[in-house]
Amino acid sequence: MKKILQFLQFKPSFSAILTVVMGIGLATSLFAESTFLHVSFDPTRELYEDINKSFLKSWKEKKGEEFSIQQSHGGSGKQARAVIDGLEADVVSLALSYDIDSIASKSKLIDANWQSKLPNKSTPYYSTIIFLVRKSNPKKIKDWDDIVKPGISIITPNPKTSGGARWNYLAAYGFAKRKYKSDEKATDFVKALFQNTSVLDTGARGSTTTFVNRGIGDVLITWENEAKLALDEEKRSGKNSLEVIYPSESIRAETPVAVVTKTATEKGNLEKATAYLEFLFTKEGQTIIAKHFFRPIDPKVSKSSAKEFPNLKLFSLSDLGETWDTAQKKHFADGGVFDAIYKTK
Amino acid sequence: MQIETRPYKKIHLGISLGFTVFYSSVVVIIPLFGLFYHSLGIGFTGIIEVFTEERIRSALFLSFSVGLISAVLNLFIGFLFAWVLVRYQFPFKKFFDTLIDLPFTLPTAVAGIALTTIYSQTGIIGSFFDKWGIKIAYTPIGIVIALVFIGFPFVVRTVQPVIEELPKELEESARCLGATPFQTFRKVLLPELWPSLLAGTGMAFARSIGEYGSVVFISGNLPGKTEILPLLIVTKLEQYEYEKATSIALVMLLTSFLFMFIINFFQERASKKLT
Repeated sequence: MKKILQFLQFKPSFSAILTVVMGIGLATSLFAESTFLHVSFDPTRELYEDINKSFLKSWKEKKGEEFSIQQSHGGSGKQARAVIDGLEADVVSLALSYDIDSIASKSKLIDANWQSKLPNKSTPYYSTIIFLVRKSNPKKIKDWDDIVKPGISIITPNPKTSGGARWNYLAAYGFAKRKYKSDEKATDFVKALFQNTSVLDTGARGSTTTFVNRGIGDVLITWENEAKLALDEEKRSGKNSLEVIYPSESIRAETPVAVVTKTATEKGNLEKATAYLEFLFTKEGQTIIAKHFFRPIDPKVSKSSAKEFPNLKLFSLSDLGETWDTAQKKHFADGGVFDAIYKTK
Repeated sequence: MQIETRPYKKIHLGISLGFTVFYSSVVVIIPLFGLFYHSLGIGFTGIIEVFTEERIRSALFLSFSVGLISAVLNLFIGFLFAWVLVRYQFPFKKFFDTLIDLPFTLPTAVAGIALTTIYSQTGIIGSFFDKWGIKIAYTPIGIVIALVFIGFPFVVRTVQPVIEELPKELEESARCLGATPFQTFRKVLLPELWPSLLAGTGMAFARSIGEYGSVVFISGNLPGKTEILPLLIVTKLEQYEYEKATSIALVMLLTSFLFMFIINFFQERASKKLT
């Protein structure tokens, strides 16, 4: 009898444990349920919210099937690491092909030849690096040469922590290399540039905040879409303190996309994932892209939005004779040019 | 029926030990082991090599020096706060008492952004100092301010209960016996408070070394100048150099542990003296 009583006394806690175990089981099964996950980098949040809406609508019309797309945003490199470490992404869209290459080489979740699977080397849109200055341009900044002059205070994110910032760096480097036709002079150029830099934020949005809201610096080196977003933001709050400056030349910042083949296949999402990325290359997808200030690759769409995207000479990474792999090793890896800039200081 | 007089002395080997071991392994031991495992991949010489890098050394120096400065500041600020909160009555006391916990609960990034807003050249306080040519945000001073902000609740919350426990009569009798206020403080109060002050300061210090969220916003992250150790971990991760990143983390962990250990030692000695 005593034993039974003891057992009964124990029972509530036993049932509590059971509830907890069942709860955990339920939670994991909910997470494991096949959802469609798109892992992307920071500034594309609003863009893909729009894309998803249109894509899901067209998918329903075609297949009569409804599903939902989850988005995850963060720094490009951080997102790539999350995918390598097991975040079950069906598709990724990142700031550099280097980050997608890293997923492919380190986790084998993406096929090594991913860039050949979609049009335009799997790059549905691109952007470029331009300047944002204070209204009426008090320091008379017109081109890259002007910002390395003494007394100019530059704001740009840290290429060591921000994938987007590597494009900023390479834009400056590329400009100098093409102008002075020498690697050494180009290195001196970026050295001068970073000596003028007063704040190195960890990400692009942080730099924008430093420049726009804190009022620090004379020029912000930034992506075109980020600059336009900042202008948009100002217009909405009734301010008018900024001006966009297009340099004579800049880099073509290509931001690729890829299906995470292995994960998508396992989750039974391969067809959806492929169709989703292909949608980005359709006229509808390209129009949405242009609306969010990324440059579309479709010539017809880019013609109709030409007013938004002034013509400037754009060079690509391969025009500089580099691939992401070589650029990464030469400039950003430990002991690379970027480290050297701060060492000799 | 047998009556147990000292129930706490009974050893519960079964569930209680199992529970403790299970949770401490899942939450602490296994992740820490992972850290060791990862960083030992590059070997001992590899770890040494990481710390011969000039950038890492200067970040190491910066992180520990600003951590130390802010810990010492926190010692005084935290003590003062705790003292005022316990010994004095003033309007909205409960409100201010609750406010102390804010740095604990606030996401540190939010704290960083808020502090940067206030202390940058255009901010309320920053613009005032800017007139005198003193820059706060984007300099080590800014980092110290962020660290004081996130660290002082540690001191307040460890010292506060001890002050509450101190009988007022202790001070009063000391004064009656002819001790000056300073003597009363040094010889009567301080020995009682010392262990908790040390503990709180130690925690604040350990926390400051590892603080990332608030500091990256206010520091400006200039290599060799205002770049902190946790940021270097992030930069290493960004290059997929897991081993280098974890070895920096490992060294930070060991140093923090060492500091805590030393402080615990002193704390124990101080409290033994009391009894």
